[in-house]
Amino acid sequence: MSLFLQQIVNGLTLGSIYGLVALGLTLVYGILHIPNFAHGALYMVGAFMSYFFMVDLGAHYWIAMAGSAAVVAVLAILCERLVFHPLRHSPPIHDKIAAIGILLFLEAVVQMFWGSDFRRMSSPFTGIMNFDGLIIPEQRLLIIAGAFVLVVALQLFLRKTMTGATIIAMAQSWDGAFLVGIDANRVAMMTFAISGMLAAFAATLYAPINLVYPAMGHLVIMKAFVIIILGGMGSVPGAIAGGMIIGFAEALGGFYISTSYKDIIAFGLLVLILSVRPQGLFAKGAH
Amino acid sequence: MLKVEHVTKMFGGLAAVNDVSVEFETGKINAIIGPNGAGKSTFFNLISGLHQPSSGRILLDGVDVTNLPSDKVARLGVGRTFQTTNLFEQATVLDNLIVGHRLRTKSGLWDVLINSKRLQREEKAARDKAMEALEFVGLAHVAGQFIADITQEERKRVAFALALATDPKIVLLDEPAAGVNPEETVGFAALMRKMVDEKGLTVCLIEHKMDMIMSLADKIMVLDHGEKIAEGTAEEVRNNPVVIEAYLGGDEDAAA
Amino acid sequence: MFKVASLLMTPAAKYLMLAFAILFPLVAANEYQVYVMATAFVWAIAVYGLNIITGFCGQLNLAHGGFFAIGAYTLGLLTADYGWSFWPAFLGALVMTAVLGFLVGIVSLRLKEHYFAIFTLCVGFIIYLLIDKWEELTHGAIGVRDIAAPYGFGLVDFTDTTPFYYLVLAFLVLAIWFMGRLSKSLLGRTFIAIRNGDELAQSLGINLMRNKVLAFVLSTTYAGLAGALYAGMVRFIGPEEANINHTFDMITYLLVGGIGTIMGPLLGTVGIVWITQSLQFLEEYRMIIFGPLLVLLVIFFPRGITGSFLTWMHRKSQALAPTKKRQEKKVNTAQNREAESNA
Repeated sequence: MSLFLQQIVNGLTLGSIYGLVALGLTLVYGILHIPNFAHGALYMVGAFMSYFFMVDLGAHYWIAMAGSAAVVAVLAILCERLVFHPLRHSPPIHDKIAAIGILLFLEAVVQMFWGSDFRRMSSPFTGIMNFDGLIIPEQRLLIIAGAFVLVVALQLFLRKTMTGATIIAMAQSWDGAFLVGIDANRVAMMTFAISGMLAAFAATLYAPINLVYPAMGHLVIMKAFVIIILGGMGSVPGAIAGGMIIGFAEALGGFYISTSYKDIIAFGLLVLILSVRPQGLFAKGAH
Repeated sequence: MLKVEHVTKMFGGLAAVNDVSVEFETGKINAIIGPNGAGKSTFFNLISGLHQPSSGRILLDGVDVTNLPSDKVARLGVGRTFQTTNLFEQATVLDNLIVGHRLRTKSGLWDVLINSKRLQREEKAARDKAMEALEFVGLAHVAGQFIADITQEERKRVAFALALATDPKIVLLDEPAAGVNPEETVGFAALMRKMVDEKGLTVCLIEHKMDMIMSLADKIMVLDHGEKIAEGTAEEVRNNPVVIEAYLGGDEDAAA
Repeated sequence: MFKVASLLMTPAAKYLMLAFAILFPLVAANEYQVYVMATAFVWAIAVYGLNIITGFCGQLNLAHGGFFAIGAYTLGLLTADYGWSFWPAFLGALVMTAVLGFLVGIVSLRLKEHYFAIFTLCVGFIIYLLIDKWEELTHGAIGVRDIAAPYGFGLVDFTDTTPFYYLVLAFLVLAIWFMGRLSKSLLGRTFIAIRNGDELAQSLGINLMRNKVLAFVLSTTYAGLAGALYAGMVRFIGPEEANINHTFDMITYLLVGGIGTIMGPLLGTVGIVWITQSLQFLEEYRMIIFGPLLVLLVIFFPRGITGSFLTWMHRKSQALAPTKKRQEKKVNTAQNREAESNA
């Protein structure tokens, strides 16, 4: 029983990380209709920035996280301004190739500075909590709590502030947004910044129980894509629910079926779902 | 020629087209008008098979085409244009048009590998057809130019030619005169008339330019909120109180 | 300048390039250069495949490197583990990639644009995971050794670099020849019509699924052919052959050379392979240059070297017979566009 509960906690942890990454991806997709293949690279840069601030500069974990989020937010805005904005009227294949270009560039730059070694980054939360036999490392609790706080904060921002409302308005109707005088450029930059920050937070939360290396974004971004297809491209609740589904499927599948094939579960699920429903699981209407 | 019976199309609980019945006769120019969002383009998509109706029947020369995919509908003789036509910008006008006749050819991979007689014959036929369509729309002189280098009005004519190259019996034209100046609009009206008079085609168009519609169309159908609210000659429609109400109460831009 | 350029476009230029390729082993400084060129040709064949589905048909296939690896592994495993000789295994690799391409195609091509790209990204990764983890079949991370070299029927020894170079060159010429023929044919035009837009293509009576699947199978077969040649050349392969970075490399070659053109894949591949070879420090960090290059290309020169060159040539030839009318029309277009954006 407690082994099962252990897997539930693992699922929650994984689901939280996947959910955060997928949230950023889905926001950008909802607003700009770009599948941002570079999002995983932003996640990776987020981890390395935290590593840089913590290990190289000796900053505190929280400071490092904030610094990393700021850097990645700026980076994401630059991507929007320099790459996606000029391509907004191009055929859709161009956006995707440009995103791949960004991804390759960021990985190469990080590799140049830090090499391709696997690195460890420890947080101050190394303790272990014991709930009546159920053992939960503090960092995992932090991940779950952190993800929860971020999701609530994002919801408040989207629902209660003017900027948030415009982001939602634009996600729903691009032309309509212009009619009521929304500055589309500002919203686009804002969305990219939020998306980048979420990726940096997720990376910094997850890094202490994982490894930091230049290719660390590959698997995560692919799973995030699976998640937003599951949850409907552009849907915020869909990204969170999809993240949890994949997180649990991997934790339980990895434990009860096979560890070496656990990474395939998400993709197998995607192939299965898209084979039956080419428009995704919860996709609404035509876009 | 084209008979639409009680066709309805639902999108997520909303009826984009609601119980529309209409008949278009051979060799006539039929116009569909209505405010924005009235379901005009959806109606075209239903006829051309891009969407399948939720209920109702569509008959083309007595053949039930209701649930046929659009490539089959095209082969049965329904040609169409779109509001915007994406073409290969860095290829010549003629090169872009040759594929229009593809649906009347049969060559496959094997023909390409051995460069068969059939392929050569069909490619010549497709090229001739493209040239003929280009001449028909009055663009033979730009055949060798890149799509990127021709004017907006010429692009629209190329889209016509592409539809004509499929050897259609009926052509559906989605806002053929949008974005061209009044002088050019007259030219498009003449072209549509010519399609009917010289080729014996049936024309069906969606248009917002009322002057053009009123002088050109043999029959007008008015859609509003997915429903047919009127049908008849220009004179009948113009004086129909329901139509006047719909336009005055609805979009300004449609009345412009 | 224009005259020189137009010389480059004559059919003679292609024979000149072929002559150079044939003479290359004689003028190369050492055997290693011949080997590098053969590798470049192998990749070029795979890039031609990508050009069919992505360049002509407009569907960004991110599993292309995966099919390359399947071709390599099919040949490798059949010869090393199952005792097949090279040529039957070579055919087997082609059949395998074609069949798998067909199966993946009928599922993935029902998806539009972004969904297709994401789906194939995942398929590529599944291929990598399977090769890496399915140790009973693929030997996992250890890789496959002792792959047979092509059998030369007692006439040539393909374990030597130079004969193998000519073998690859022959396949490359065949691949380009077919690509040229395809692009001018009604079938190629059908693919291009699909790239212009699904709905428009359908309204022209084109069966989307059938044509997309055909293009996809052709592309995976090209990838399989390249993969099999690769395995026969290096004779030792591992899961890294299925790394997504190979797909990204191929996209770069295609974009630089000219997507949707006939000579683009060759020029892009050979050009970049040699540039990275000659600038050794680039090997590891080449993406610092090629990443931004990809971005700049899609923004400013989306049709790459060859495409931009062809466009320039065409404009030049039109300009040689200038008419006043054309210029008027240009102005007209500008006004129209302005009017439209104001509307």
